[in-house]
Amino acid sequence: MLSLIVFLPALVAVALCAVPARAGTTVFASAWLGTGLVQLGLIAGVWSGLPASGYGFVERYAWIPSAGVSYHLGVDGLSLPLLALTAIVFTATAVYTLRGTDRPKGFVLLFLALQAVSAGLFVALDLILFFLFFDLSIVFMYFVIAGWGTGAPARRAALTFFLYTFLGSLALLLGFILLALAGAPPTFDIPALVEQNPLAGGGGYGALTLLAIGIGLAVKTPLFPFHTWLPPAHTEAPAAGSAILAAILLKMGTYGFVRIAMPLLPASWRQFALVAVILGVISVLWGALVALAQTDLKRMIAYTSINHMGYVLLGLGAAGLITADDEQARQLATAGATYQMVSHGLITAALFLLAGSLHERGHTYDMTAYGGLATRTPRFAGLFAVAAFASLGLPGFSGFIAEFQIFAGALGAVPVATVVAVTGVLLTAALFLLAMGRMLSGEVRVPDTPGTPRPFPDLDVRELLAIGALLVLATVLGLLPRVLLDVIEPAARTLGELVTR
Amino acid sequence: MDMTINSDPSALIPEIALLLGAVTGLLLGAWTPRRRQWTIRVLAALACTVGLAATAVAATRPVDVVFGTYVLDTATHATRAIVLVATLLLLALCGDTVAGHRRETEFVVLVQLGALGSMLLGGAADLILLFAAFLLASVPLYALAGWAKQGTAPEAALKYYLAGALAGVTTVAGVTLLFGTAGATGYDAVADGIASGPGGAAAVGLIAVLVGLAFKAGAVPAHFWVPDVADGTPPAVAAVITTLPKIGALVATYRLLDTAVPADVVDWPLIVAILAAVSMTLGNLAAFAQTSVLRLLGYSTISQVGYLLMALAVAGRAPLAQPALLFYLAAYAITNIAAFAVVAATGQRTLAGHRGLFHRDPPLAIALVVALLGLVGTPPTAVFLGKLVVFTATVDGGLVWLVALAVVNTVASLFYYLRWIAPAFGEPGPDHERPVTRARGWARGTALGAAALSLLLGLGGGVVLNTVG
Repeated sequence: MLSLIVFLPALVAVALCAVPARAGTTVFASAWLGTGLVQLGLIAGVWSGLPASGYGFVERYAWIPSAGVSYHLGVDGLSLPLLALTAIVFTATAVYTLRGTDRPKGFVLLFLALQAVSAGLFVALDLILFFLFFDLSIVFMYFVIAGWGTGAPARRAALTFFLYTFLGSLALLLGFILLALAGAPPTFDIPALVEQNPLAGGGGYGALTLLAIGIGLAVKTPLFPFHTWLPPAHTEAPAAGSAILAAILLKMGTYGFVRIAMPLLPASWRQFALVAVILGVISVLWGALVALAQTDLKRMIAYTSINHMGYVLLGLGAAGLITADDEQARQLATAGATYQMVSHGLITAALFLLAGSLHERGHTYDMTAYGGLATRTPRFAGLFAVAAFASLGLPGFSGFIAEFQIFAGALGAVPVATVVAVTGVLLTAALFLLAMGRMLSGEVRVPDTPGTPRPFPDLDVRELLAIGALLVLATVLGLLPRVLLDVIEPAARTLGELVTR
Repeated sequence: MDMTINSDPSALIPEIALLLGAVTGLLLGAWTPRRRQWTIRVLAALACTVGLAATAVAATRPVDVVFGTYVLDTATHATRAIVLVATLLLLALCGDTVAGHRRETEFVVLVQLGALGSMLLGGAADLILLFAAFLLASVPLYALAGWAKQGTAPEAALKYYLAGALAGVTTVAGVTLLFGTAGATGYDAVADGIASGPGGAAAVGLIAVLVGLAFKAGAVPAHFWVPDVADGTPPAVAAVITTLPKIGALVATYRLLDTAVPADVVDWPLIVAILAAVSMTLGNLAAFAQTSVLRLLGYSTISQVGYLLMALAVAGRAPLAQPALLFYLAAYAITNIAAFAVVAATGQRTLAGHRGLFHRDPPLAIALVVALLGLVGTPPTAVFLGKLVVFTATVDGGLVWLVALAVVNTVASLFYYLRWIAPAFGEPGPDHERPVTRARGWARGTALGAAALSLLLGLGGGVVLNTVG
């Protein structure tokens, strides 16, 4: 079942190879959309059959037995929400892509490949399998940015992206090797390592391992100071690429923390949790402050991603510092962090798609070039306002639930850090209100070439559908959090037990 | 000690098949009209196939020593298999270059003799045989480097020959010293002799032999000929010279270090680790500024040897060291041939010449990506798995710093491989710099086949590692 979910997009991609490139966007994007819907259906099946504890739908086959590597898949409450998020965001992106793209065949093939590796990463229960999907996501995203961005800056941004995240991935690999060799016998199997807990004592070896894995995941997350690849990559990528990059690929980093760093290196995680907290808080503030200073809409959204990922690290770090008897707080912090991953995925994907629509019409991301869009393009303005409010964590949206849980969980253990991080919410509120004020209100102003005003139509039905669906989900999760929390909480509790042992 | 020496020639069918293929090819070639000399290539391929079949049969038998000097163990079987598969690929790759050429037979025969030398290096368990194999793996390739007889080929051949002559003299001096210290040439006896003899002389002798073998492997400190030869010869020749001798040389070095020289007499793990570190770093740094793809690949092979030497540095100290070396060698051979095959297929020697390759020939461009990202070590290619096991073995052997350096180097290498990949997927250049597309079916086919093989070996690596592990 899980293999089918993972490899379905890849199979469709292989089949689409046979379709001639001149078939046009509609054919390719529809095939992609269909794949996404089928994948969603399958995931719904998995969702309904998820066991109350442990991994469900486990598949395991020998792959490289002499090195302790196996093909091992499975889902639990931490991975299933992200698997579902993957299918949802990719499907929304497929709908968005229906409106047309340059060289649709290659574009859709790359995204189908990305969809397969993203889904694979979230269900991988073997470190090498995880690494394989992690690395392939970098390769495919490189081609998305280099091939569908614009000109030389895009190629430079793609190179930066590749070099940075690849360095991260190799640090990760080094950490995985250290982890595997600690096991007796050496193994890359995640559940086996969880059970053995070979580095329960922490120490220098554990610290080195956590350092390598931490750097690898921090680059991908991205956490201050490893974030510098992110703004150019986002700015230069096509809208669909930015949406996937922010919504899914960044989660590979944070997911790595809950799946690998915390349960496999509990002692070292507790020892260095304060570092995670501090880096998280710096990312929160740094991301928000730098975002505040941007006039480029896409860069601004990119920096808010760093801010939002900072909250996740705050929660996870706090979970390592909370004393063993306060299980409730730890579960709150971890569940909140996971909730934030899903919530940020939905909202930021919507924001990037909106930015893409704006660029499509105005050919610039410069916010000062726009004004009064609320009257000119009410649909765009409405959705943008909803997305902005969702992103700044207004009650009623998923982001609020997530951030509230993180803060509530972390407050007891790291009060100062939490209070400082809360100011990050204020900053994001300020920057989104500022952006809305600039672009949506006031006199109508759209960029155009001198003498020939460009048509500036409102969002069409495909854009409306894609972005709207993401925001509706963000609202549903904000109003009915139990839908997701019921799945996350048991797994968060298990994770808490693993971290404190 | 077992006094009866096994001298059953049937144990050497793969070697004999290559030799017979070469000799018959040479004789037949002299009588065959030029346009029908492809039969010699078919003959050579046949010899390789026979060799592969014999290797498969031999691999099922227990470890044995023939003629007292040649070991038949997993390492030898793997060397045979890798060399033979590589030779088959190389014979296919050279199709466009040599077909109907005046010296087609010579090319094929020289490749076979070089392959034979490489194979013998892998199995040698005696210093004298080691040197003989060294010569056999060298001399045919000197001639091959000068095979094209035009442009920069004679210069490359001369440089290669001079470097080789120097390396040969160094090797034989080292062999003499080791023999003098140990009083024997068989590896087991050498190990006993060195342990009781003067350590200093043994160290000097070992270093001299290592320098010679480093020449064969294209590693620091005897690497300087690699880029010149890679760039000065046709891609098909460059592929042979950067692939075949490395296989035997590295296995020979592994065997020498692991069985003949106790690490407590000479601290070779450190020496090899330093050579590995310098090789990978120097190869990578030098590759950065290259605009010729062949020079770039030349430097890239130097850095690849650095990664391979990591497995040697932990020989005998990590159970994965030998399987890691053998697997990485197989992965490297296939991937390296794929990269050279792409160059041979496009006929372009510069990075700029590959601009827009994807628009002209998508499958070939994808083969290029698989080959280059394979050399970087991106999953799921074979070299990734090779790197994984080599890194694991090296960490296991206690050389974490070396792995950290290799990781940094891998990232650095990405930079120049991407300098090649990025333009290949960019827009084709303006017309005047648009490269001519020539039909080079053999090279193109080899590129696609080798790239596919590299992916297959990566995904099915478990089976292979199990057999060599």
